[in-house]
Amino acid sequence: MQARKIVIVGNGMVGHYYAEKLAALPGPFEITVIGAEPRPAYDRVHLSEIFAGKKPEDLALASRARYRALGIQAILGEAVVAIDRGAKTVTTALGRRFAYDTLVLATGSYPYVPPIPGADRPECLVYRTIDDLGLIRVQAQASRSAAVIGGGLLGLECANALKHLGLETHVVEFAPGLMNVQLDPRGSQFLRRMIEALDVKVHTGKATTKIVSGDSHRLKMQFADKGGLDTDMIVFSAGIRPQDTLAREAGLRVGERGGIVVDYHCRTSDSDIYAIGECALAGNRIYGLVAPGYRMADAALSQLTEEKIPFTGADMSTKLKLLGVDVGSIGDAQGQAPGGLSYEYANEKKNVYKRINVSADGVKLLGAVLVGDCADYDTLLQYYLNGIALPEDPEALILPGRVDTPVLSAASLPDSAILCSCHNVTKGAIIHAMDGGALSLAAVKAATAASTGCGGCAALLKGVVDAELAARGVEVDNHICEHFRFSRQELFHICRVEGIRTFAGLLESHGRGRGCDICKPAVASILASLWNEHVLKQEHVGLQDTNDTFLANMQKDGTYSVVPRIPGGEITPDQLRVIADVAKRYDLYTKITGGQRIDLFGARLDQLPHIWRELVDAGFETGHAYGKALRTVKSCVGSTWCRYGVQDSVAMALLIENRYKGLRAPHKIKSAVSGCTRECAEAQSKDFGVIATERGWNLYVCGNGGMRPRHADLFATDLDDVTLIRYIDRFLMFYIRTAERLQRTSVWLDKLEGGLDYLKQVVIEDRLGIAAELEAQMSGIVDSYRCEWKATLEDPEKLKRFRQFVNSGEPDAGVVFVRERGQPRPATRAEREALQTTG
Amino acid sequence: MKPANLEKTAVAPVCLRRDLVENSGVCVLFEGEQIALYYLPGETPALYAVSNRDPLGEANVLSRGIVGDVGGELVVASPLYKHHYCLRSGRCLEDDTVSIKVYPVALAGEGVHIAAGG
Repeated sequence: MQARKIVIVGNGMVGHYYAEKLAALPGPFEITVIGAEPRPAYDRVHLSEIFAGKKPEDLALASRARYRALGIQAILGEAVVAIDRGAKTVTTALGRRFAYDTLVLATGSYPYVPPIPGADRPECLVYRTIDDLGLIRVQAQASRSAAVIGGGLLGLECANALKHLGLETHVVEFAPGLMNVQLDPRGSQFLRRMIEALDVKVHTGKATTKIVSGDSHRLKMQFADKGGLDTDMIVFSAGIRPQDTLAREAGLRVGERGGIVVDYHCRTSDSDIYAIGECALAGNRIYGLVAPGYRMADAALSQLTEEKIPFTGADMSTKLKLLGVDVGSIGDAQGQAPGGLSYEYANEKKNVYKRINVSADGVKLLGAVLVGDCADYDTLLQYYLNGIALPEDPEALILPGRVDTPVLSAASLPDSAILCSCHNVTKGAIIHAMDGGALSLAAVKAATAASTGCGGCAALLKGVVDAELAARGVEVDNHICEHFRFSRQELFHICRVEGIRTFAGLLESHGRGRGCDICKPAVASILASLWNEHVLKQEHVGLQDTNDTFLANMQKDGTYSVVPRIPGGEITPDQLRVIADVAKRYDLYTKITGGQRIDLFGARLDQLPHIWRELVDAGFETGHAYGKALRTVKSCVGSTWCRYGVQDSVAMALLIENRYKGLRAPHKIKSAVSGCTRECAEAQSKDFGVIATERGWNLYVCGNGGMRPRHADLFATDLDDVTLIRYIDRFLMFYIRTAERLQRTSVWLDKLEGGLDYLKQVVIEDRLGIAAELEAQMSGIVDSYRCEWKATLEDPEKLKRFRQFVNSGEPDAGVVFVRERGQPRPATRAEREALQTTG
Repeated sequence: MKPANLEKTAVAPVCLRRDLVENSGVCVLFEGEQIALYYLPGETPALYAVSNRDPLGEANVLSRGIVGDVGGELVVASPLYKHHYCLRSGRCLEDDTVSIKVYPVALAGEGVHIAAGG
């Protein structure tokens, strides 16, 4: 069969979505993607995060390698300039021609710049692409203040970006309020108050008539009402216009005010050409959000399959965070339906505004506005999308603190309910996937892609999956092992609430049997996190893994490695000499670790106390390399030496390492501090990482190197030292309280209901009201820190443990070394046998 | 495993009760063999002796493993790769083809006695 040639013009979010879905369909297809921008598709929705520390790669949706793997030819950085409908070819700016059987136009939109005199000055920019951000950054360097023209969704996103650049930020809007399309006037007022509290100046009802040279600043904006505003740069974000030039010149039908006219199948006036996304005029309307664009792509794709899905419009409900303020808008936000009723809750102290609009008979939800608190969004959206009958008192849905708030149960949703609007996954599709054997949350996500977009539906999805599992009689078992019918988190709470201090006590009151190598170390870790007693205290001794018992890391031959703590990786020549002397005296294999420390291998059990005596006498402390505990805080050299450093990263690393050393946790914890955005300490691969900014520190959480690397998420920006430490205290203690056994922070976050937003609410906003308690608990542990090796050396009873034989001073004859590259290493089995026969 | 059998072979104790660690293991050298001893005061008997060598990990480390039970069976978990060995039978729970030597052992007064070749 001849492959059908499909050419996709435009590699934005929608064009990429189409290409990727197309590659998954049974072909054969010959797919070509042509994009004008030099980089493959990226997430435009989160563009402003570039200024909060994200890199362009972090926003990438596609890569050349990914396209190659999918068998897609990607031509990037080369715009299509003409369509020859007769010959069925497109021509690029470089004169290359590509033939098509089916052409898909996903050319997107361009920012609307109103025809104002002066708008063409170099200090006037637009906000749409990563390259635009580069220009904004350049202008910002020469600016103190900036103004955004446009107070809609994009304009406020842009204001966020400018604020991140440290500029005095103004928002100038023509209409009387911000986000006029999505909010009602009262909601708009609330948003304005909250944004102004963040020091963004808002000017509404202002029509800019002219841009001229300014007095105190580079520019002056003149308003129709005679007023004006001095500013150094201007960014236009006053709406979008469909990018339809190519279609227009090819003679395709376009709308009066622009947009490529398409039918229900997203077909243009030429039946071999489709248009999807922001360039398409569907039902006489341009859809400026990404989700409807995806639905158009689905409709166009379905024309290549048996099942034809029409595009009949899309829900424009949206939930987002603007300048840190939660904003949600559902359906008819303004309450325009005749006879409709509305309910409002407004709290000016807490800055929360909620409104629902319901039908005249009070049965259906028609729309909603949420400002300052979007916790109810998911539930309200389900009522709206699925036409679920409202409770008798609909106000209960938005009133705070009511214990009888009706919960929308997973079971009450119809199968047609769309749970994940990013990927258009219905409850029916979830159940179908579970029928097909996907019997866990992870498996359902993998099978349906639900909750892998914005993640807003995570809690709802889990509810549906859990309810379905329960209905199928599958028990969700998170018991730690056969001896306790509890999860680690539950055991932690039991020990804390009941003040349990020993394993025996816990086993007796809440367990059965004798315990095992799973529950014993887990409980030991919980007890250490709670009470911080020495791990070799008599009642704890039998609970520890060998590494914790002997305060060293067992290697394959039964010997141990020794890692002294070198906080922040800073070490004096004299300290280096001590380590060198010890290594030489005990003939230890010596290696530099990835965490800026020195690892000494090949110590026999009986040698450990002698080695540590020398190290402790020279001022070293244990490095806890053996424990599920804080390991290292890596650092770059920072502003002290580096030409680029903006803060003293070594001093901060020392502070952090010395504060949290010895802290026991469900798994090891690593950290790093970088002195500037060049990020030489690789802080974004750590459980918590700190990166210096001009104004303080950015905190990243839940990164991970190793087998399944994960970039840390940006958690908070521009923190002062005190706030930084406070957030880390709370973050670590919350992790220790709630994580499962051997769960790194990365996996913990992925499983945490509500994800990063929830974590921020707990740590930054103190939503659970436990912040003070977490800090107090941490300070108790910090205050009771003692070097375990120092304490061990002072206690003859504990030292008795460090004997290979309790009845003999002989060393372990099973430990045999050979030399390689000037250092010892364990003999292989063959080498051992050869040595034994000759020896 | 009765103390009566031991009287024929054991002359001097291999170590003393105070050398043992409650609910954990220690190692003794007995006639050239490394033997792990576990003292579990809540069990009957309270003392267990097995070879110190983990045959799968190929190192002398079993005295440093965590003791507990799997399905009611007393076991030690090797610190190397966490294989479980039964303290009473020497059987490896993860691999039927592997087992470790078990020694008759008893407390007599303050002394710990082992019978070799048991």
